[in-house]
Amino acid sequence: MHSFGYRANALLTFSLTILALMCAMASLSDNLNSPSPTASVKVLNINRFLKKSTGDDEVGITLDISADLQSLFTWNTKQVFVFLAAEYSTPKNILNQVSLWDGIIPAQDGAKFSIKTKNKYRFIDQGSNLRGRDFNLTLHWHVMPKTGKMFADKLVLPGFRLPESYR
Amino acid sequence: MGWIGEQIDSVKSMQFRQLLTQAVSLGMIVTSALIIWKGLMCITGSESPVVVVLSGSMEPGFKRGDILFLHMSKEPIRAGEIVVFNVDGREIPIVHRVIKVHEREGSGEVDVLTKGDNNFGDDRLLYAEGQMWLQRHHIMGRAVGFLPYVGWVTIIMTEQPIIKYLLIGALGLLVITSKE
Repeated sequence: MHSFGYRANALLTFSLTILALMCAMASLSDNLNSPSPTASVKVLNINRFLKKSTGDDEVGITLDISADLQSLFTWNTKQVFVFLAAEYSTPKNILNQVSLWDGIIPAQDGAKFSIKTKNKYRFIDQGSNLRGRDFNLTLHWHVMPKTGKMFADKLVLPGFRLPESYR
Repeated sequence: MGWIGEQIDSVKSMQFRQLLTQAVSLGMIVTSALIIWKGLMCITGSESPVVVVLSGSMEPGFKRGDILFLHMSKEPIRAGEIVVFNVDGREIPIVHRVIKVHEREGSGEVDVLTKGDNNFGDDRLLYAEGQMWLQRHHIMGRAVGFLPYVGWVTIIMTEQPIIKYLLIGALGLLVITSKE
């Protein structure tokens, strides 16, 4: 009954149970945090706007992104992945989401930032529907925990419009 | 040596009825593991509810050996989600983030482009030749939860099969010789 094997087994089971419980509690404690992030984005310039040889429209833009995501961080946060996507609808597609810029914020210190950047990923439509197109710029963030459930949310910044003609 | 001898003696001294009990308890362990796995498949709606991260393409978010819990619902796929997808002609599923989504009016069909956080470019090079987008049927699930390091157990066991057989052998022996 009190052999080495049984004691080792009991010890292992107990420590694994405690570890699992602690992970679950750490993940649940994230729910107590009610973040209030802020963001603003400006389109500084349309660098180019053309129709590719494939027939798809492509835009090159310069963006000014500033955001304060510090309130997203808790003790169980490993990193925050943040990205800005252009979102619009066309006659063909009910929803288009094109990621323009993203970044990884490893610590709370870096969560308040302001950058001017060109689009990191190509802004290409499926087809030729971008002239005069209204679009939203949406800042999404995905909170990656040290352990447990992942959180995601977004801030929609509406009211952007592409030019009527290519340039 | 004494311990091993004892174990062998206990195997030898077993009666038929006791043997049957051991067989049943071994069967219970195997079937309950199967029930848990299949139950998870039902709840999550994904054909593999748990996956182990094998590459460093999502670092520093997910490292090799981390475990992801998947969920597959009818909800549409959106940019930013981390999805697990299969590419035709590739054995191993890939865990990457969605960066572009084009959803068709009416039919709800989607074209999706993915990228690993730690990779420089998007995943078109990983897709089948000439494939520009992922469709719904390529995607096995989206990651909803995360547990670090635990996946190393399976990585070690697949890369060093000897350890796997040793472990299974030892556990089997323990179950057979346990006197309860």
